[in-house]
Parts: sequence; C-alpha cells; structure tokens
Amino acid sequence: MGEAIVITSGKGGVGKTTTTANLGTALALLGKRVCLVDTDIGLRNLDVIMGLENRIIYDLVDVVEGRCTIQKALVKDKRFEDRLYLLPAAQTSDKSAVTPEQMKQLIDDLRQDYDYILIDCPAGIEQGYKNAVAGADEAIVVTTPDISAVRDADRIIGLLEKEEHMKRPRLVINRIRSHMLKNHDMLDIDEIVMHLSIDLLGIIVDDEHVIKASNNGEPIVLDPNSKASLAYRNIARRLLGESVPLMSLDDEEQKGFFSKIKKLFSAR
Amino acid sequence: MAGKEKRPYVSMKGTKEGLTLHLDDTCAYDELLKQVDELLTTTTRDEEGPLVAVHVHVGNRYLTREQEERLRDVIRTKKHLIVHSIVSNVMTKQEALEWKKKNEIVSVAKIVRSGQVLHVDGDLLLIGDVNPGGTVIATGNIFILGALRGIAHAGYEGNRQAIIAASVMKPTQLRISDVMNRAPDYRSDEGNEMECAYIDEHDQIVVDRLQLLMHLRPNLTRSERSF
Repeated sequence: MGEAIVITSGKGGVGKTTTTANLGTALALLGKRVCLVDTDIGLRNLDVIMGLENRIIYDLVDVVEGRCTIQKALVKDKRFEDRLYLLPAAQTSDKSAVTPEQMKQLIDDLRQDYDYILIDCPAGIEQGYKNAVAGADEAIVVTTPDISAVRDADRIIGLLEKEEHMKRPRLVINRIRSHMLKNHDMLDIDEIVMHLSIDLLGIIVDDEHVIKASNNGEPIVLDPNSKASLAYRNIARRLLGESVPLMSLDDEEQKGFFSKIKKLFSAR
Repeated sequence: MAGKEKRPYVSMKGTKEGLTLHLDDTCAYDELLKQVDELLTTTTRDEEGPLVAVHVHVGNRYLTREQEERLRDVIRTKKHLIVHSIVSNVMTKQEALEWKKKNEIVSVAKIVRSGQVLHVDGDLLLIGDVNPGGTVIATGNIFILGALRGIAHAGYEGNRQAIIAASVMKPTQLRISDVMNRAPDYRSDEGNEMECAYIDEHDQIVVDRLQLLMHLRPNLTRSERSF
C-alpha cells in the first residue's frame, strides 16, 4: 500500500509544484514507484515543469467522471522506465468539478500500484485544498522565509491538524538566500520552525538553476551538481526514513567552522 | 382560632445601614407577603423622614424573578423605604453551573494558529502559543504558558479586573473588557518575558512585570472563589 502525501502551502508561488515535481523525481531516482497527482484544476502546471505537457490525453476530471480509466489518463515519464507517472489536472474545468469523496476514492485506487503518491495542492484553503487533502495520509507544508508565507503556512497547519486521518504535517522551507540570512534580513530558520512548531523536513536554497531547469521541463533533481538538487534528494531520503543532516547553507560558513576547530587544536 | 397565636413569619431589625427583614422560608409566599405588608404598614410613620434602605434576607427560599418583583413592590409602596438588597441562600442548579463555569480555569494544550479562535468561559490557561492571526477569548483572565503573538481578549463579558499574562508577551492586540491596545509600530527586540497586562487607573491597558500582579490583583490568589 502506497503512501499519499499532499504538498501544500496556503500561499501561492512558494514552490509547491516545483517541490512536488522534484520530490517525485528524487523518489523515483531512489527506485520507488511514484505517482504525481496535480489537483490544481483549471491552472495546471505540474505537467509543464515535468516536461510532459505534450503527452496529456485524458486528465483527472475525465477519470473522476468515468470517461476513461486511471491507467489511460496516467502519463508515463520515460526517463524513469515505469517508476514515475503523472495524473494531470484538467485545464478546462474548475475546482468544483471534483468532490473530496471522489478524490479519496481516486487516491485509494492509486495506492495499490505505487509506493508514493504526491498530491500537488492548489493555493488557497477552499475547495481545491479540501480535494487535495481528502485522500492524503501525510502533508508537507512548503513555505519561504517571508512573513506572509509563514503566516499562511500557520493557517494551513491549523487546518491540517484538524484532519484526523492525517499524520502531523512536516515543513519544507524553500528559497533561502544565505547572504540575506547572514545579514538578518530574512526570517531565521530556527525562528520559523519554532513559530510553526512542526518538524522540519528540509531546507532548499534559492537557486537560479531551478527556474532554468523548470522552464526546460527537467526537474532540477536530475542535475547532480546543483545545491537545490541535493536538498531535494536529502528530503526524499528523509521521507524514506533515513536520517540525513541538514545541509549547511554556504561554503564559507563550513570553512569558518573548520578553521575554528583548527585554531582550537593549534591553541593547545 | 383563639388561644393559638400565629407565629410571625417576618422579623425586623434596625441597623446602622437601615432596616433588615428576615423572612421565614417555609411558609406560603402569599402569606409571607401579606405579613410583610402588615408589618411595614404598622411600623411606618406617615411623617416625612429620610429614606431608609431595606435589606431583605429570604433564607433558604428561592425567589423567581416575578416573586422578587412582587416583594419589591410591597416594600416600595411604603413611602420612605427603598429595597437595597434581597439575599437568598439558594440558587438554581443552572445558575450554579454557570457561576462555576465562569469561575473555572479551563486548561487547553494547543497552538492557536492563524485564523483560529479559542473561546472559553472562565479563566483560560493555555499550554502553548498564540500565533499571529490567532485569537484567544475568555470571560475571565488569560494565562498563556507559551508565547502570545496574536490577539488576546480577557474579561470578554465586561470584567475590567481581568488580566492577561504570558511567558512571552508579543501580542498584535490586547483587549480587556471594552478597552483595546495594540502593539507598538516599531519592532523591538526586548525580552517581553513573563509579563502581564491589566487596565490601570487611567482606563488604559498597560503591560508590566508579572510579579506586580500580586499587588494589583490580590484576588488572583484564591483557594475558593467568591461571588
């Protein structure tokens, strides 16, 4: 039985879809069978970021309304043999085309065939959010170090805590700029975690390569040299239960740390 | 009935504060009212005089609002008497429960997040934080063991004596009864630890050290709460 994880944030534009695409890809790289579900009906993006837009024939609404089987609607990502699939959202309908009960049924059907089902949640706390959360066992809340994003994350966590079928949500902090962090121009990571008081699943540095990769339809995770890629891989490993330390935010800091140790020894 | 004197249902005492009436609590109410009326009529002087306050003790008798009004009417018809208080030893179960609820400390372990409202009757003991955008409301005092970063409203039904205390006091707004106060517009990095908020003599909400409360609100110490 697969695990269904919803990726949500409340606020738009913090990187839910990018996170979904990259975590899914990272899990597939680690050998898991993954299905990505885009529930942002009417404003679908996940297919674009995955570079699978041109292969969509049927969508989620077609499946729910019985116009086709799930298997027909699923788009296979050829880069991963048969480990990564996408169930695209409909572009023509809107959020009210699907009910939470239908979503739950859909996710339960997918559970049979996949290890992980990642559900990309639309922004907001209305119908689309309710649909996305209905079938999930677990939630990942994505936020950025902005006060408004943290506020919305807090709101979403409050709503998620009311869902009794779900485990405690976990946090991903996206778009961290280390130089701003150093100058205290940005909310501190510890501050955010303490404020939201949920477990931190990972942090991702702001990386221009992410945008470039997304525009090319290739999740950044596929590029082994990027820092953001490593961050997503780490998060995927933590999802599998491994304990991976948080990556340090910049190289200088690491140097500084080592030189401090050196000094400590040379002082003796 | 000759020989058998009627036991008086009403006894009257004059005190410094005025008249005190002790009413029997076992007889019929109509009978009681009649006797009160008779007694007051016989003792009332017609001449002009100062107003006299009347304290009524009805013992273990429960008075409905209507019965109370009738009693007040009887006393009011006498020229120079005013009803100061009517005291009964008993209250209905419902009143008692409400009173208990209002005086209880309700403890809640949770984080009140953005968009959430926690509303309790009585005092609130919150084991957790109030995040920005979250609201806690209590008819009594509010004690927060964690950080208060949202809105707290104590004395919701009009108790100006109510206080708000928090381990970390960084609220967006404080409200006590009908008085409101907001956070300063500048962001301070001060500690704001172990603080309390109360209404001072200028009807302003002030925030100060928690330790001052024992002088400001000695009523907060109580093993048994009073009315």
